[in-house]
Amino acid sequence: MITLAHFLSLGAVLFCIAVAGIFINRKNVIVLLMCLELLLLAVNTNFVAFSRYLGDPAGQVFVFFILTVAAAEAAIGLAILVVLFRNRSTIDVTSIDTLKG
Amino acid sequence: MTFELICFYVFASVAALAALTVISVKNPVVAALSLVLTFFSMACVWLLAQAEFLAVALVLVYVGAVMVLFLFVVMMLDVDFSVVREGFVRFLPVGVLVAAVMLAEMLMMIGVRSLETPVTEDPAVLAGMSNMEWLGQTLFRDFLLPFEIAALILTVGLIAAVTLTLRKRTGTKVQRPGLQVMVKREDRLRVIKMDAVGKGEVGP
Repeated sequence: MITLAHFLSLGAVLFCIAVAGIFINRKNVIVLLMCLELLLLAVNTNFVAFSRYLGDPAGQVFVFFILTVAAAEAAIGLAILVVLFRNRSTIDVTSIDTLKG
Repeated sequence: MTFELICFYVFASVAALAALTVISVKNPVVAALSLVLTFFSMACVWLLAQAEFLAVALVLVYVGAVMVLFLFVVMMLDVDFSVVREGFVRFLPVGVLVAAVMLAEMLMMIGVRSLETPVTEDPAVLAGMSNMEWLGQTLFRDFLLPFEIAALILTVGLIAAVTLTLRKRTGTKVQRPGLQVMVKREDRLRVIKMDAVGKGEVGP
C-alpha cells in the first residue's frame, strides 16, 4: 500500500535534484527557470499527499493557487529572458553585473 | 506489493530520471521535453493520490501551456549554449554534495514520523462526492477571494509579459484607425462662397 512516506520521499528526491540543477547550471537562465518549476512541482506533491492523508481539501486548493502563480511567474520570467537576450545577445547570468558597485 | 505500489514506483522512477535528464543534458530542447515527461509522470502520481482534478490541471497548464512557452523561447533565441555550459563541471561536486546532504536530512525527517501513517479512505469518497466536487466546494465557499486574486495575478502577468516584450519599430508606415475615426467634416471639406456666374458671361 502507498503510504504518506512514499509521496514525501518522492517530493524530497525531486526537490534535491532541482537544487542540484540550480547549482550546476548557474549560467543558463532557461535551465534555471526549469529547475524552479521542478522545485514547485516537488512542493506541490507534498501538498497533495498531505491533503490526501489528512482529509483536508485546503491543501489541494493551495496547489491550485501555486500552479496559477507559477504560470504567471514562468510567463514573466521568459519575457524578461527575451528582453535580456535582445539587449545583451547572451543569457549568461554571470554577465549581468551592471548594477555591481 | 500491490499493483498500485508497482505503478507508483514506475511513475516515480520515470519522474526522477527525467528530472535528472533536465538538469544534466546539454541541449535545452531535450531538457524541456524531459521536463514535460517529468510533469506527466508526476500527474500520474497525483492520480494515484486521488487528486484527479489537479493531475488533469497539471497536464493542461504545464504540458499544454508553460512547456510550450519554454520550447518557443528556447527555439526562438539563438543562444550559444557552449558558453553558458562553462562551470558545469566546476560546480558539479558542490551541487551533488548539497543535494545529497539535503536528501539525507529530508528522508530522515520523513522516516521519523510518517512511515507508519495508516492509509485512510479517500476523503472525497467519504464525503460522498467526486474529487472535483470536493475541491470545488472548498474553492468557491472558503477560498473565493483568493480565487479572484489569482485571476487578477494572471491578468497582471499577462499585461506585464506583453509590455516587457513589446517593441516599437521606428520608420514604419501604418494606418492609425483612432485618428481616422476622429476626423471631422471640417478637416476634409472646405466650402467656398463665390458669386454664381452665368454661361454666357464666361469669357471675353
